[in-house]
Amino acid sequence: MRPPTPASLFEYLQRLGDTDVVLAQRLGEWVGHGPVIEEDIALTNIGLDLLGQGRMWLSYAGEVEARFRDQGRSEDQLAFLRDGGAYRNLLLAEVPNGDFAATMARQFYFDQFHLLLLRALTRSTDPRVAEIAAKGVKEVSYHAERSTDWVIRLGDGTEESHARMQRALDDLWMYTGEMFAADATELALAEAGIGVDPRTLREPWLASVATVVSEASLTLPKGEWMQGANGRGGKQGVHTEHLGHLLTEMQYLQRAYPGAQW
Amino acid sequence: MVTTVVAEGTSTVSARPPLRPALDVVWAALSAVPDPEIPVISVVELGIVRGAAWEDGRLVVKVTPTYSGCPATEMINTLIREALAAIGVAEVVLVSQLSPPWSTDWIAPEARTRLKGYGIAPPHVMGGRVDVAGISPLRRADVIVPCPRCASTNTQLLSQFGSTACKAQYRCIDCREPFDYFKPH
Repeated sequence: MRPPTPASLFEYLQRLGDTDVVLAQRLGEWVGHGPVIEEDIALTNIGLDLLGQGRMWLSYAGEVEARFRDQGRSEDQLAFLRDGGAYRNLLLAEVPNGDFAATMARQFYFDQFHLLLLRALTRSTDPRVAEIAAKGVKEVSYHAERSTDWVIRLGDGTEESHARMQRALDDLWMYTGEMFAADATELALAEAGIGVDPRTLREPWLASVATVVSEASLTLPKGEWMQGANGRGGKQGVHTEHLGHLLTEMQYLQRAYPGAQW
Repeated sequence: MVTTVVAEGTSTVSARPPLRPALDVVWAALSAVPDPEIPVISVVELGIVRGAAWEDGRLVVKVTPTYSGCPATEMINTLIREALAAIGVAEVVLVSQLSPPWSTDWIAPEARTRLKGYGIAPPHVMGGRVDVAGISPLRRADVIVPCPRCASTNTQLLSQFGSTACKAQYRCIDCREPFDYFKPH
């Protein structure tokens, strides 16, 4: 296998950064709509952590881009001026919030994956990747703890909360396969020790998720068909219809008033 | 270790040749910069100023973020610049240093006492652990967070995220007061 090119590292960093930024935007949609104030604050604090991590990935992506193009883009240019087809986030991140159970189920699936991914990336041979991951893993530990608690609390709660959490886990299940589907970019970076082969994360992820789901008196979904896991998903720029709507809102200011600053 | 220059700036105070205050004067000035969110402790006590040194006539100050999305970061940089300009430093280069990642273990002992007096329960010692929580929902049973007001250990977690990302919300079952807990990080 050939060593990874700067272009493939750029691609990989966008995947990491875009997933964080898109999920942060989704969590930001909860501002003022949380079921209680503590949860409103928590959802947006988690969004803020993800935004911070996303900025670090995209800043680095822009620096790597400058290695093979005349000029690299800034984090802001990447976030606010790329169209949907250029986004490389996981489909799970762009799924609309739904009710509180759906938001927490999405977060739970993602946090468990994110924690495993960042832990593995702390051992990256690229020191910049390793240090961003080391920073993130501390924050994501708290995210994972919280979403785990909520899956248990709702699953093991009332008949209504149990039914909603089960429905959320079932509905979102088809977006989980993409997280563990490796394509040539990921394999090349994993081979070089820079990235992680996501297939290796599936087993520990499934073990953690199954433990929590069982603790919550819920049933682990069984469907095998996975959205975007065939090499044509969010990581390759093929998105659901929802991403465009999300970006329309997120990018509005820079599109309407190019270069506007606070 | 990789560092990123986040901002460079020259403050032209006067036409006189720039001063180069000794490093103990620099550290004294930095130690007087309060954390904008928790003004009872300084940015030095918080453990986020990782170094200060003169390089080619410019003062290079290394600062590490607490949380990657902390909105106070820019304010902290501004306050550091102002404090250094006030002692006559003409040129400051602020460098954002990510590694090693900030830990609450770096908070100075006297600052922990002051946090408590301010109504924030100080963080437990991490002892070099990187993963704070893991996934076990039962793991929290061994962490007791005493109430900063009445010292009761009969307290309850309300939410892992409080008024800022670095704090959790607790309540005291005995004195009935809610309070912030500085999360071990």
